[in-house]
Amino acid sequence: MAPVAPRSGDAIFASVERVNAELFTLTYGAMVRQLLTDLEEVEEVNNQLDQMGYNIGVRLVDEFLAKSNVSRCVDFKETAEVIAKVGFKMFLGVTASVSNWDAEGTTCSIILEDNPLVDFVELPDTCQGLYYCNILSGVIRGALEMVSMKTEVTWLRDMLRGDDAFELQVKLLKQVPEEYPYKDDE
Amino acid sequence: MQFFGGSEISPSPPVPTASGNNAYMLYIFNRNGVCLLYREWNRPLKTLNSHQDHKLMFGLLFSLKSLTAKMDPTCVDKGNLGVPQLPGQGCSFHSFRTNTYKLSFMESPSGIKIILVTHPRTGDLRESLKYIYNLYVEYVVKNPLYSPGTPIR
Repeated sequence: MAPVAPRSGDAIFASVERVNAELFTLTYGAMVRQLLTDLEEVEEVNNQLDQMGYNIGVRLVDEFLAKSNVSRCVDFKETAEVIAKVGFKMFLGVTASVSNWDAEGTTCSIILEDNPLVDFVELPDTCQGLYYCNILSGVIRGALEMVSMKTEVTWLRDMLRGDDAFELQVKLLKQVPEEYPYKDDE
Repeated sequence: MQFFGGSEISPSPPVPTASGNNAYMLYIFNRNGVCLLYREWNRPLKTLNSHQDHKLMFGLLFSLKSLTAKMDPTCVDKGNLGVPQLPGQGCSFHSFRTNTYKLSFMESPSGIKIILVTHPRTGDLRESLKYIYNLYVEYVVKNPLYSPGTPIR
Protein backbone atom coordinates (compact mmCIF):
# COMPACT_ATOMS: atom_id res chain seq x y z
CA MET A 1 0.00 0.00 0.00
CA ALA A 2 1.57 3.29 -1.06
CA PRO A 3 2.10 5.76 1.78
CA VAL A 4 -0.37 8.63 1.82
CA ALA A 5 1.03 11.81 0.29
CA PRO A 6 1.40 14.83 2.57
CA ARG A 7 -1.57 17.16 2.45
CA SER A 8 -1.15 20.74 1.46
CA GLY A 9 -1.60 23.51 4.00
CA ASP A 10 -4.78 24.73 2.37
CA ALA A 11 -6.42 21.36 2.48
CA ILE A 12 -5.71 20.88 6.15
CA PHE A 13 -6.66 24.43 7.02
CA ALA A 14 -10.01 23.80 5.43
CA SER A 15 -10.57 20.65 7.40
CA VAL A 16 -9.48 21.55 10.94
CA GLU A 17 -11.73 23.30 13.44
CA ARG A 18 -11.21 27.03 13.29
CA VAL A 19 -11.80 29.76 15.83
CA ASN A 20 -12.72 33.31 15.08
CA ALA A 21 -9.60 35.32 14.21
CA GLU A 22 -10.59 38.33 16.27
CA LEU A 23 -11.24 36.17 19.30
CA PHE A 24 -7.79 34.67 18.90
CA THR A 25 -6.10 38.05 18.48
CA LEU A 26 -7.90 39.65 21.37
CA THR A 27 -7.27 36.69 23.68
CA TYR A 28 -3.58 36.79 22.87
CA GLY A 29 -3.53 40.53 23.41
CA ALA A 30 -5.22 40.21 26.77
CA MET A 31 -2.71 37.57 27.78
CA VAL A 32 0.28 39.72 26.86
CA ARG A 33 -1.29 42.69 28.63
CA GLN A 34 -1.73 40.61 31.79
CA LEU A 35 1.85 39.34 31.61
CA LEU A 36 3.09 42.91 31.36
CA THR A 37 1.09 43.88 34.42
CA ASP A 38 2.24 40.87 36.42
CA LEU A 39 5.88 40.81 35.48
CA GLU A 40 6.48 44.48 34.64
CA GLU A 41 9.92 43.83 33.12
CA VAL A 42 9.81 43.60 29.34
CA GLU A 43 12.66 41.08 29.23
CA GLU A 44 10.81 38.84 31.68
CA VAL A 45 7.72 38.95 29.54
CA ASN A 46 9.75 38.05 26.45
CA ASN A 47 11.18 35.04 28.24
CA GLN A 48 7.82 34.00 29.57
CA LEU A 49 6.26 34.18 26.12
CA ASP A 50 9.10 32.12 24.73
CA GLN A 51 8.66 29.50 27.44
CA MET A 52 4.93 29.34 26.84
CA GLY A 53 5.58 28.95 23.16
CA TYR A 54 8.01 26.15 23.87
CA ASN A 55 5.43 24.23 25.89
CA ILE A 56 2.88 24.73 23.14
CA GLY A 57 5.34 23.65 20.45
CA VAL A 58 6.14 20.39 22.19
CA ARG A 59 2.49 19.33 21.94
CA LEU A 60 1.72 21.07 18.68
CA VAL A 61 4.22 19.02 16.75
CA ASP A 62 2.25 15.79 17.25
CA GLU A 63 -0.92 17.39 16.00
CA PHE A 64 0.91 18.82 13.04
CA LEU A 65 2.46 15.47 12.15
CA ALA A 66 -0.80 13.59 12.53
CA LYS A 67 -2.85 15.95 10.39
CA SER A 68 -0.36 16.78 7.71
CA ASN A 69 1.11 13.35 6.99
CA VAL A 70 4.56 14.69 6.19
CA SER A 71 7.26 12.07 6.30
CA ARG A 72 10.63 12.78 7.85
CA CYS A 73 12.33 15.72 6.22
CA VAL A 74 15.64 14.87 4.70
CA ASP A 75 17.41 18.07 5.66
CA PHE A 76 16.89 21.37 7.36
CA LYS A 77 15.93 23.16 4.14
CA GLU A 78 12.97 20.90 3.67
CA THR A 79 12.05 21.32 7.32
CA ALA A 80 11.98 25.09 7.02
CA GLU A 81 9.85 24.92 3.87
CA VAL A 82 7.38 22.60 5.55
CA ILE A 83 7.09 24.83 8.62
CA ALA A 84 6.52 27.92 6.52
CA LYS A 85 4.15 26.50 3.96
CA VAL A 86 2.20 23.82 5.78
CA GLY A 87 2.63 24.61 9.46
CA PHE A 88 1.88 28.30 9.47
CA LYS A 89 -0.98 27.80 7.05
CA MET A 90 -2.50 25.07 9.13
CA PHE A 91 -2.40 26.84 12.45
CA LEU A 92 -2.52 30.54 11.69
CA GLY A 93 -4.05 30.58 8.24
CA VAL A 94 -1.21 32.60 6.71
CA THR A 95 1.58 31.41 4.46
CA ALA A 96 5.12 32.38 5.23
CA SER A 97 8.09 32.37 2.90
CA VAL A 98 11.61 31.16 3.47
CA SER A 99 14.69 33.04 2.33
CA ASN A 100 18.21 34.12 3.24
CA TRP A 101 19.82 30.74 3.41
CA ASP A 102 23.39 30.88 4.57
CA ALA A 103 26.21 28.96 2.92
CA GLU A 104 25.94 25.83 5.02
CA GLY A 105 22.16 25.62 4.98
CA THR A 106 21.79 25.84 8.73
CA THR A 107 20.25 29.30 9.08
CA CYS A 108 17.28 30.73 7.28
CA SER A 109 14.69 33.46 7.62
CA ILE A 110 10.98 32.86 7.70
CA ILE A 111 9.08 35.92 6.57
CA LEU A 112 5.48 36.60 7.47
CA GLU A 113 3.72 39.25 5.48
CA ASP A 114 0.67 39.33 7.66
CA ASN A 115 0.30 38.01 11.14
CA PRO A 116 -3.06 37.47 12.83
CA LEU A 117 -1.59 37.96 16.29
CA VAL A 118 -0.87 41.65 15.76
CA ASP A 119 -4.14 42.92 14.32
CA PHE A 120 -5.20 46.07 16.16
CA VAL A 121 -1.95 46.19 18.15
CA GLU A 122 0.32 49.14 18.77
CA LEU A 123 3.29 49.11 21.10
CA PRO A 124 3.37 52.02 23.57
CA ASP A 125 6.63 53.81 24.35
CA THR A 126 7.04 52.04 27.66
CA CYS A 127 7.23 48.62 26.00
CA GLN A 128 9.59 49.20 23.15
CA GLY A 129 11.74 46.16 23.95
CA LEU A 130 8.83 43.78 23.84
CA TYR A 131 8.76 41.01 21.24
CA TYR A 132 5.01 40.76 21.00
CA CYS A 133 5.05 37.58 18.92
CA ASN A 134 7.73 35.83 20.88
CA ILE A 135 5.37 32.97 21.45
CA LEU A 136 5.90 31.99 17.81
CA SER A 137 9.61 31.68 18.26
CA GLY A 138 9.04 29.43 21.27
CA VAL A 139 6.60 27.27 19.32
CA ILE A 140 9.08 26.69 16.50
CA ARG A 141 11.88 25.94 18.93
CA GLY A 142 9.74 23.48 20.92
CA ALA A 143 8.39 21.72 17.88
CA LEU A 144 11.80 21.28 16.28
CA GLU A 145 13.27 19.99 19.50
CA MET A 146 10.74 17.14 19.47
CA VAL A 147 11.99 16.10 16.05
CA SER A 148 15.59 16.01 17.22
CA MET A 149 16.75 19.44 16.08
CA LYS A 150 18.10 21.97 18.52
CA THR A 151 17.51 25.43 17.15
CA GLU A 152 17.75 29.06 18.09
CA VAL A 153 15.00 31.38 16.90
CA THR A 154 15.29 35.16 16.95
CA TRP A 155 13.37 38.08 15.49
CA LEU A 156 15.06 40.14 12.82
CA ARG A 157 12.25 42.37 11.71
CA ASP A 158 9.12 43.24 13.62
CA MET A 159 6.22 45.19 12.13
CA LEU A 160 5.27 46.64 15.51
CA ARG A 161 8.60 48.42 15.57
CA GLY A 162 8.20 49.98 12.19
CA ASP A 163 9.60 47.36 9.81
CA ASP A 164 7.64 46.18 6.81
CA ALA A 165 7.27 42.50 7.65
CA PHE A 166 7.91 39.95 10.36
CA GLU A 167 11.14 38.08 9.94
CA LEU A 168 12.20 35.18 12.13
CA GLN A 169 15.68 33.80 11.94
CA VAL A 170 15.87 30.06 12.57
CA LYS A 171 19.31 28.69 13.20
CA LEU A 172 19.99 24.99 13.49
CA LEU A 173 22.43 24.38 16.32
CA LYS A 174 22.65 20.64 16.07
CA GLN A 175 20.72 17.53 15.23
CA VAL A 176 20.39 15.21 18.17
CA PRO A 177 20.05 11.59 17.09
CA GLU A 178 17.93 9.20 19.10
CA GLU A 179 19.77 7.24 21.70
CA TYR A 180 18.96 4.05 23.45
CA PRO A 181 17.64 5.23 26.80
CA TYR A 182 18.26 2.20 28.97
CA LYS A 183 21.63 1.36 30.43
CA ASP A 184 23.02 -1.91 29.19
CA ASP A 185 23.36 -3.63 32.51
CA GLU A 186 19.75 -3.26 33.61
CA MET B 1 4.23 -12.74 1.85
CA GLN B 2 1.30 -10.92 3.35
CA PHE B 3 -2.12 -12.36 3.77
CA PHE B 4 -4.97 -9.99 3.10
CA GLY B 5 -7.43 -12.35 4.63
CA GLY B 6 -8.20 -10.02 7.52
CA SER B 7 -10.73 -7.23 7.51
CA GLU B 8 -10.44 -4.53 4.87
CA ILE B 9 -8.86 -1.45 6.38
CA SER B 10 -10.57 1.88 5.74
CA PRO B 11 -9.60 5.30 7.04
CA SER B 12 -12.34 5.17 9.64
CA PRO B 13 -11.89 2.86 12.63
CA PRO B 14 -11.44 -0.77 11.63
CA VAL B 15 -14.63 -2.77 11.84
CA PRO B 16 -14.17 -5.73 14.17
CA THR B 17 -14.31 -9.09 12.40
CA ALA B 18 -17.00 -11.60 13.19
CA SER B 19 -14.83 -13.33 15.76
CA GLY B 20 -14.60 -10.16 17.88
CA ASN B 21 -11.60 -8.00 18.61
CA ASN B 22 -8.70 -8.76 16.34
CA ALA B 23 -5.94 -7.23 18.42
CA TYR B 24 -3.96 -8.92 21.15
CA MET B 25 -1.95 -6.04 22.59
CA LEU B 26 -1.28 -2.34 22.09
CA TYR B 27 1.75 -0.36 23.23
CA ILE B 28 2.53 3.33 22.84
CA PHE B 29 6.05 4.56 23.62
CA ASN B 30 7.56 8.00 23.49
CA ARG B 31 11.05 8.79 22.28
CA ASN B 32 12.65 8.26 25.69
CA GLY B 33 11.38 4.73 26.05
CA VAL B 34 8.63 5.57 28.52
CA CYS B 35 5.66 3.31 27.91
CA LEU B 36 2.76 5.71 27.67
CA LEU B 37 0.07 3.13 27.19
CA TYR B 38 -0.22 -0.63 27.33
CA ARG B 39 -3.46 -2.50 26.74
CA GLU B 40 -4.02 -6.20 26.27
CA TRP B 41 -7.07 -8.06 25.16
CA ASN B 42 -5.80 -11.52 24.58
CA ARG B 43 -2.49 -12.62 26.03
CA PRO B 44 -2.59 -16.12 27.43
CA LEU B 45 1.13 -16.42 28.15
CA LYS B 46 2.76 -13.76 30.29
CA THR B 47 6.46 -14.30 30.58
CA LEU B 48 7.87 -11.11 32.14
CA ASN B 49 6.81 -8.48 34.61
CA SER B 50 5.46 -5.39 32.94
CA HIS B 51 8.51 -3.15 33.35
CA GLN B 52 10.78 -5.78 31.80
CA ASP B 53 8.25 -6.36 29.10
CA HIS B 54 8.16 -2.70 28.12
CA LYS B 55 11.92 -2.45 28.08
CA LEU B 56 12.19 -5.55 25.96
CA MET B 57 9.64 -4.30 23.48
CA PHE B 58 11.23 -0.89 23.20
CA GLY B 59 14.71 -2.33 22.87
CA LEU B 60 13.55 -4.76 20.22
CA LEU B 61 12.01 -2.04 18.11
CA PHE B 62 14.90 0.33 18.53
CA SER B 63 17.33 -2.32 17.36
CA LEU B 64 15.11 -3.49 14.53
CA LYS B 65 14.74 0.02 13.25
CA SER B 66 18.47 0.51 13.34
CA LEU B 67 19.11 -2.82 11.65
CA THR B 68 16.60 -2.33 8.86
CA ALA B 69 17.98 1.12 8.14
CA LYS B 70 21.54 -0.13 7.97
CA MET B 71 20.63 -3.00 5.69
CA ASP B 72 18.70 -0.82 3.28
CA PRO B 73 19.96 -1.64 -0.23
CA THR B 74 18.74 1.62 -1.70
CA CYS B 75 20.39 3.88 0.83
CA VAL B 76 23.56 5.68 -0.20
CA ASP B 77 25.11 6.38 3.15
CA LYS B 78 25.96 3.47 5.42
CA GLY B 79 27.37 4.03 8.85
CA ASN B 80 28.34 1.19 11.11
CA LEU B 81 25.70 -0.73 12.97
CA GLY B 82 25.17 0.90 16.34
CA VAL B 83 25.84 4.45 15.20
CA PRO B 84 22.80 6.50 16.25
CA GLN B 85 20.58 7.48 13.37
CA LEU B 86 20.09 11.08 12.37
CA PRO B 87 16.47 11.97 11.72
CA GLY B 88 15.55 11.76 8.07
CA GLN B 89 17.95 9.00 7.27
CA GLY B 90 17.00 5.46 6.63
CA CYS B 91 13.82 3.62 6.00
CA SER B 92 11.55 2.39 8.73
CA PHE B 93 10.01 -1.06 9.01
CA HIS B 94 6.30 -1.37 9.58
CA SER B 95 5.46 -4.93 10.49
CA PHE B 96 6.72 -8.43 11.08
CA ARG B 97 4.80 -11.64 11.15
CA THR B 98 5.41 -14.92 12.92
CA ASN B 99 3.27 -18.04 12.81
CA THR B 100 1.34 -16.99 15.93
CA TYR B 101 1.10 -13.19 15.74
CA LYS B 102 1.76 -10.15 13.64
CA LEU B 103 3.35 -7.00 15.07
CA SER B 104 2.64 -3.69 13.34
CA PHE B 105 4.66 -0.62 14.15
CA MET B 106 4.43 3.05 13.36
CA GLU B 107 6.78 5.78 14.42
CA SER B 108 6.06 9.46 14.07
CA PRO B 109 8.93 11.87 13.43
CA SER B 110 8.44 13.16 16.96
CA GLY B 111 9.36 9.76 18.34
CA ILE B 112 5.94 8.44 19.31
CA LYS B 113 5.89 4.71 18.56
CA ILE B 114 2.66 2.79 18.25
CA ILE B 115 2.76 -0.99 18.30
CA LEU B 116 -0.16 -3.28 17.66
CA VAL B 117 0.08 -7.06 18.05
CA THR B 118 -2.63 -8.93 16.21
CA HIS B 119 -3.68 -12.19 14.67
CA PRO B 120 -1.23 -13.24 11.96
CA ARG B 121 -3.70 -13.07 9.12
CA THR B 122 -4.39 -9.35 9.59
CA GLY B 123 -3.81 -7.14 6.56
CA ASP B 124 -1.75 -4.00 6.45
CA LEU B 125 -2.54 -1.95 9.51
CA ARG B 126 -0.82 1.31 8.67
CA GLU B 127 -4.07 3.20 8.27
CA SER B 128 -5.30 1.94 11.62
CA LEU B 129 -2.08 2.96 13.29
CA LYS B 130 -2.42 6.41 11.78
CA TYR B 131 -5.95 6.54 13.09
CA ILE B 132 -4.70 5.63 16.57
CA TYR B 133 -2.07 8.34 16.30
CA ASN B 134 -4.79 10.84 15.45
CA LEU B 135 -6.75 9.74 18.50
CA TYR B 136 -3.62 10.14 20.61
CA VAL B 137 -3.28 13.68 19.34
CA GLU B 138 -6.89 14.59 19.89
CA TYR B 139 -7.31 13.25 23.37
CA VAL B 140 -3.90 13.06 24.95
CA VAL B 141 -1.81 15.84 23.47
CA LYS B 142 -4.62 18.33 23.60
CA ASN B 143 -5.49 17.50 27.18
CA PRO B 144 -4.18 20.33 29.37
CA LEU B 145 -3.99 18.08 32.40
CA TYR B 146 -1.63 15.65 30.74
CA SER B 147 2.12 16.20 31.13
CA PRO B 148 4.12 14.90 28.16
CA GLY B 149 6.30 11.93 29.02
CA THR B 150 4.11 10.42 31.69
CA PRO B 151 1.98 7.31 31.28
CA ILE B 152 -1.55 7.89 30.09
CA ARG B 153 -4.28 7.05 32.55
